[in-house]
Amino acid sequence: MAYTKRIDGRKFNETREIKAKIGVVPNADGSAMFSFGDTVAIAAVYGPRQLHPQHLQNPEKGLLRCNYSMLSFSVNERIRPGPNKRSTEISKITEWSLAPAILIDEFPNTVVDVHIAIPQADASTRCAGINAASLALAHAGVPMKELVTSVSIGKIDKQLVADVSKAEEDYEEGEGATDIAMSFLSRSEKLAHIQLDGKISPKELNEAIKLGLETCKKIRKIQEDVLKSIKDEKGEK
Amino acid sequence: MNKQEINRETEESVQEGYDDSKEERKVVVPGETIVSGADYLPGEGAVREGEDIVAQKFGLIEHSGKLVKVIPLSGVFIPRRGNVVIGQVTDMTFNGWMTDINSPYQAFLPIMETPRFVNKNNLSEFLNIGELFSSKIKSVKAKGVDLTLEGRGFGRLEGGMIVFVNPNKVPRIIGREGSMIKLINDESNCKITVGQNGLVWIKGDNIEDELLAKKAILFTAEKSFIHGLTDKVKEFIEKEKGDKE
Repeated sequence: MAYTKRIDGRKFNETREIKAKIGVVPNADGSAMFSFGDTVAIAAVYGPRQLHPQHLQNPEKGLLRCNYSMLSFSVNERIRPGPNKRSTEISKITEWSLAPAILIDEFPNTVVDVHIAIPQADASTRCAGINAASLALAHAGVPMKELVTSVSIGKIDKQLVADVSKAEEDYEEGEGATDIAMSFLSRSEKLAHIQLDGKISPKELNEAIKLGLETCKKIRKIQEDVLKSIKDEKGEK
Repeated sequence: MNKQEINRETEESVQEGYDDSKEERKVVVPGETIVSGADYLPGEGAVREGEDIVAQKFGLIEHSGKLVKVIPLSGVFIPRRGNVVIGQVTDMTFNGWMTDINSPYQAFLPIMETPRFVNKNNLSEFLNIGELFSSKIKSVKAKGVDLTLEGRGFGRLEGGMIVFVNPNKVPRIIGREGSMIKLINDESNCKITVGQNGLVWIKGDNIEDELLAKKAILFTAEKSFIHGLTDKVKEFIEKEKGDKE
């Protein structure tokens, strides 16, 4: 049977319920929470600050360091805390997708640290992480060219879907599941990162990217609204 | 209370103070178009992209004539020449002190910049590790930040208390032409030095006065979005005073 109806009853181009909030970590210079349904990501930004060890300092530009980690209770089976192959890769991917948007060349010899924690995971954690990190960087007052928005597009059997959930990721009938995580820059609408896990034809990939851009535009609206609501919150208190 | 001290503070802050009289300000996010048109000029936190003036920071828009700039709402303190800062000594070298000024870069205070003679072999006589001082930023170079104690009222801070605020709220605490800080000064009978780096030093005759000033400063920083804040702060201080009696 073809995949004609999504497991959780969403439309094919619909994301799960998105929640976003800034200022969730008072100690950090900037912080944000971003969630796709049951996937929750918290990002905290520290810096620009002096970089240690000193040999990593670059007198020409600042450094961006990302650290992604899934908390041990974020999935049903406990995962060993600490860095592993998967989290190291995602940290690097996050760094690369944020790098084209931020302007830290103004701060030589410094570092901007982005810590992303996943307290609850239900697929698309890297996308939620990148979205949260982008909000947190803006909240931290780091100069940026534009925001970064990320979403995962899936090909479940022959159907393209936006924002893949864990149940869809595990779909095995027909052609199975293909998961494509991608990030877009908000203003130039350029692709900042794309990853493919599965099989897809070039034609379908183009369609997937188109769907990704459409979905990211909606997500970006939410990101902008969250940042702009800071004034209402504080003004009325 | 040292009147001269206050005057110095207000003079310094004229161009840094926050002007309350202008209309409501809009919040912008990075990458958002602020205005379009060839007549406008991009100021701090903004850049021109074709026809549009685009924000590079998350903050409030300020128009001054043709110039459009973004006043950041958050972020670390970026040192600028002429800023008054409160720092802490972290290390002593043969010709000065390394200090922490709550910014990405360390600041250096050379002996040359002290107002009186300091024995090179005994720097701790003048400023010891861990001690706080107020100073002015002399220059910001690629190598780092240089401080100076030249000017009235700079030097070691003795007694009193330190309050941390978000460095981006400092203009609000100072107020237009120093109006806000003068109000808190007069109402609490404390000597207040505001560092652009977000450290505020309060020195009063007794702890009660200092605590009142501290509360007023934190109140100002928290309510920085409100229109007509000076009156609100006045009300707040009077209420606080009333509660005591």
